Amino acid sequence: MINIEKREEFDIKIDKTVGKPFIKDAKFSTRNVDVFYGEKQAIFDANIDIGKNQIIAMIGPSGCGKSTFLRCLNRMNDTIQDCHISGDIKLDDEDIYQKQQDPVLLRARVGMVFQKPNPFPKSIYDNVAYGAKLHGLASSKIELDELVEKSLIRAGLFKEVKDSLHKSGTGLSGGQQQRLCIARTIAIDPEVILMDEPTSALDPIATAVIEELMIDLSKKYTIAIVTHSMQQAARVSQRTAYFHLGYLVEVNDTNTVFTNPEHQLTENYITGRFG
Amino acid sequence: MTFGVIFTALMALLLLGYYIGKKRSIRLSDKSNQRLHSLPQHYGYLIAFWSSAPALLILLFWSVLESSVINSAIIAQLPVQFQQSSADEVELFINEIINLSHSGVTISDEVKRHAVFYYNELIEFSNWVKSLIVFVLAFMGMFIALAFVKPEMKARNLVERLIRWSMIGCALIAVLTTVGIIFSVIFESIIFFKTVNVFDFLFGAHWSPQEAIREDQVGGSGSFGALPLFVGTLLISFVALMIAVPLGLMSAIYLSEYSSPRFRLFAKPVLEMLAGIPTVVYGFFAAITVAPFIRDLGESLGLSLSSESALAAGIVMGVMIIPFVSSLSDDVISAVPQALRDGSYAMGATKSETIKQVIIPAALPGIVSGVLLAASRAIGETMIVVMAAGLSANLTFNPLEAVTTVTVQMVALLTGDQEFDSTKTLAAFALGLGLFLTTLVLNIISLYVVRKYQEQYD
Amino acid sequence: MISNTKKIKNKLAKRYAKEKRFQIYGLSAIAVSIAFLLSLLINISTTGFPAFQQTYINIDVNIDSKLLNLVDKYNEKALFSANYRKVVNQSLKTLFPGVKGRKQKKALRQLVSKSARYQLRDLVINNPDIINTKQSLWFLARDDVDVFMKGGIDRSLPESDRRLKNFQLVWIDKLLAENRLEKRFNINFFTQGDSREPEQAGIKGAMIGSLLTMLVTMLLSFPIGVAAAIYLEEFAPKNNRWVDIIEININNLAAVPSIVFGLLGLAVFIGVFGVPRSIPLIGGLVLTLMTLPTIIISSRASLRAVSPSIREAALGLGASRVQTTFHHVVPAAMPGILTGTIIGMAQALGETAPLLMIGMVAFIADVPQGITDPSTVLPVQIYLWSDSPERAFTERTSAAIMVLLGFLIVMNLLAVIMRRKFEKKR
Repeated sequence: MINIEKREEFDIKIDKTVGKPFIKDAKFSTRNVDVFYGEKQAIFDANIDIGKNQIIAMIGPSGCGKSTFLRCLNRMNDTIQDCHISGDIKLDDEDIYQKQQDPVLLRARVGMVFQKPNPFPKSIYDNVAYGAKLHGLASSKIELDELVEKSLIRAGLFKEVKDSLHKSGTGLSGGQQQRLCIARTIAIDPEVILMDEPTSALDPIATAVIEELMIDLSKKYTIAIVTHSMQQAARVSQRTAYFHLGYLVEVNDTNTVFTNPEHQLTENYITGRFG
Repeated sequence: MTFGVIFTALMALLLLGYYIGKKRSIRLSDKSNQRLHSLPQHYGYLIAFWSSAPALLILLFWSVLESSVINSAIIAQLPVQFQQSSADEVELFINEIINLSHSGVTISDEVKRHAVFYYNELIEFSNWVKSLIVFVLAFMGMFIALAFVKPEMKARNLVERLIRWSMIGCALIAVLTTVGIIFSVIFESIIFFKTVNVFDFLFGAHWSPQEAIREDQVGGSGSFGALPLFVGTLLISFVALMIAVPLGLMSAIYLSEYSSPRFRLFAKPVLEMLAGIPTVVYGFFAAITVAPFIRDLGESLGLSLSSESALAAGIVMGVMIIPFVSSLSDDVISAVPQALRDGSYAMGATKSETIKQVIIPAALPGIVSGVLLAASRAIGETMIVVMAAGLSANLTFNPLEAVTTVTVQMVALLTGDQEFDSTKTLAAFALGLGLFLTTLVLNIISLYVVRKYQEQYD
Repeated sequence: MISNTKKIKNKLAKRYAKEKRFQIYGLSAIAVSIAFLLSLLINISTTGFPAFQQTYINIDVNIDSKLLNLVDKYNEKALFSANYRKVVNQSLKTLFPGVKGRKQKKALRQLVSKSARYQLRDLVINNPDIINTKQSLWFLARDDVDVFMKGGIDRSLPESDRRLKNFQLVWIDKLLAENRLEKRFNINFFTQGDSREPEQAGIKGAMIGSLLTMLVTMLLSFPIGVAAAIYLEEFAPKNNRWVDIIEININNLAAVPSIVFGLLGLAVFIGVFGVPRSIPLIGGLVLTLMTLPTIIISSRASLRAVSPSIREAALGLGASRVQTTFHHVVPAAMPGILTGTIIGMAQALGETAPLLMIGMVAFIADVPQGITDPSTVLPVQIYLWSDSPERAFTERTSAAIMVLLGFLIVMNLLAVIMRRKFEKKR
């Protein structure tokens, strides 16, 4: 048996997040966030700001809580029974967990793209129009058509599917499906887009296309991305947060994190000593 | 000797065979100093099999065929005028003879006394021959099998082959059942369609199976236009589905998407109880409580309803098939991947919007297959309609009127005493053929759809 | 951007109302179903419960040998055929001396059940010494009296709308005043066969018939079903066309209407093999074919649930396929197989339609002694009684349903307990 206690990373203490977790003009700011699944604590005291029109990457080994943290930002954890969250999460200085805050409205403002592409078993058109129809964003068929086209163009998918808008969305390739999911998300024009390992199920070419798309989208949207790939984090993000066993260890400019990490754990991870 | 005695004796022989076979194999191996190929009990099983199975088979065959052979022998030696009487009378006569021979009363009628005497003689003879053959076969089997026992004999493999073949036989019974159903309904239907035109049967609007007993009887020609029955069946099934599909589907949705685990644990078995209640109970409830209730309700609304309306039977049948719809829908709704739900919630959809626009469309094939199964159940349901729908063959789509169904008519045609091959009983088989084919098609489509659906999310 | 948020906000209340409504629809669907179930159960038990009581009527009987038309009181044959009816009728007349007219006299005789004379006969045969003595005896009351005692006849109705006329009510009042009417536990309901007279009708014949039929069904369907399941799950070659056909067949048979199995029984067992109608043997055969698919399907499911490691371990130790299956896999799957069998049996116990086809619907008063005696079964008895117009039969139908449901509940509880035990073990 391997003696877990002896492993070096367990000896390193995490008192508080190092680096520069706080910035001015934050879109999202979280303070003292703890997340529990029943008895088990998944996130310990997370403090971080997410800047406007920036891409922030969240990295860390599996099970470190980065996905859980991301799902707190649009209250997706609400759908999981016995998950509860304490602390403050503010979007534009409004606490999103306050009573009068509405999860439906919040999710319209904070969109999400998942690890595995999950287009609805509907036509491509209906997939993109889904949110707009739900929320009543388009007042006419023509407006809806325009919205669908615009969203598909922005997601870089329109050229490929313009002749098959009424075919099923599940018939597309993996990369196309993921772009369809992005198109679906931007169709309701959110302020923030959360991406949970959006390329982990895709091949390198599709990944490159999506990464380009992310950079393009960040001009207009705030993007938070969870990724397993440090290269991806380095390529697309302005800031990077490193999570470890539920603790937010280090947050800083992406460059700084990858070239000159402050914390021993971060260094261990990015130099590939574990993870 | 009676069947029971011979059977018991054979079972004793079986045990004896096992014991002898086991002992003999041990003795042989001791004597020849040769290791047995298999365990001693395997040899025992083999001997037991050969000393009982063939004899048992003969015994069963004999017992099944005995009565019909003896009956025809008695008829054959009856005076000519008896042989020419109708099948019904002959059967009655035979029954009387059998009863008389058991009672031991002295008989005055010459013909009957003779027949009873002959019958007793035949029975005695048959019993003797039967016992003789069965026991000779049993002992022969035992001794021949014993002669084959040698230490190097692969007894275990032989026993296992026997087991395997008998298991295959058991599995084939299911196929034989289907074949039996098909043949029994098809044969009788073919005879029926020789007297009644297929098109008249399928599309004729007049159903009145009463045949003329006398030549000059009015309106007793027996007409077999089954269209009113088909329409009645569809009408009642439609009412049933109108009840069962919304209630079953909404229950399934609530249980799988909204309810707390504790409520689910309570409500699911309670809903399933609805499927466990015997149909005759539903029928009684429909006839005694629901039908009068609906009639009174209709009267208070100024409608005149018959007390045997299609509505009452349909509603009760609908409640009965709720669990079929709900448990199948529950399964398929639970099988819809969580990722689709997450995708919809992340777009800001509420739970009901997600259910209506994502989950139901995704689960639709499974739900459709559940509804088809429920429909097949409704079409073939018998007791509720027999007890609550009545016999009047009205060609109507109005659920407030009394209608009759295929199954009701099958029961009406086949209960009561009539000759087996009258047009009336044959008509029941023709109806049965239609019923079997309809439900077969529904079942197969449903099985196919559900299979495709499972592949989709595997 | 702001306008989007506003648009969404404007519609939000409406959407949440819809959400609420949808949830209420779901809950009310369940509520409606459960309410129906409850109303059925409550309705049946309130109508059926009185049937477990029966009204008895007390009469002073003068067992006069002259009236009995009996010379030698120790001759058993003479005792058997003596005129007990006259004795009973005479005793009634003594009780109500003022009764005049044919109609009223007939009505008077109909206060007690026809079974009174047989009850008296058995009493006298057992103890001939009571002849020429006066005995105070309790007899079964007629169904109308019984129904009245249970509150089923409304006095306030006009006489022409009542089953009991005014003069009969006067008699009953007198009997009540003299404490000659009494409700007791209806033991006859459980010890007697069917009868045309409601007060004498019991379910023993049907219960024994059901028991015998179930016995045949279980002895056949359990071994055959389990053997077929074992073959299909453990031995049959995978992806073989024949095996596929057998599988589709079984799945389809499970959904074939039960009445069709009745046709099969009628055409094949009765028509071809000449098995007599109306006997538990043929009922059992038909129900076997009907329950086989259920047993096979559930047995296969529980065999499939046995972990493959058990098979691999046994095969690895040099056991043959057959030994592995019968020594290790089948015992492990047994609780599941038994659960499925019990559920199949419960289905068969409640089945009516196919039995109508094979003549188990005849009126049979005797309790069957074996699987070749004509008999009926509990659900068919319910069907037969439900057709009878007498009010007392409606009550008994409901009571018979309660008994049937009682059996089914016990069987299903057994299945649930078995399943719980099984799940705990795993």
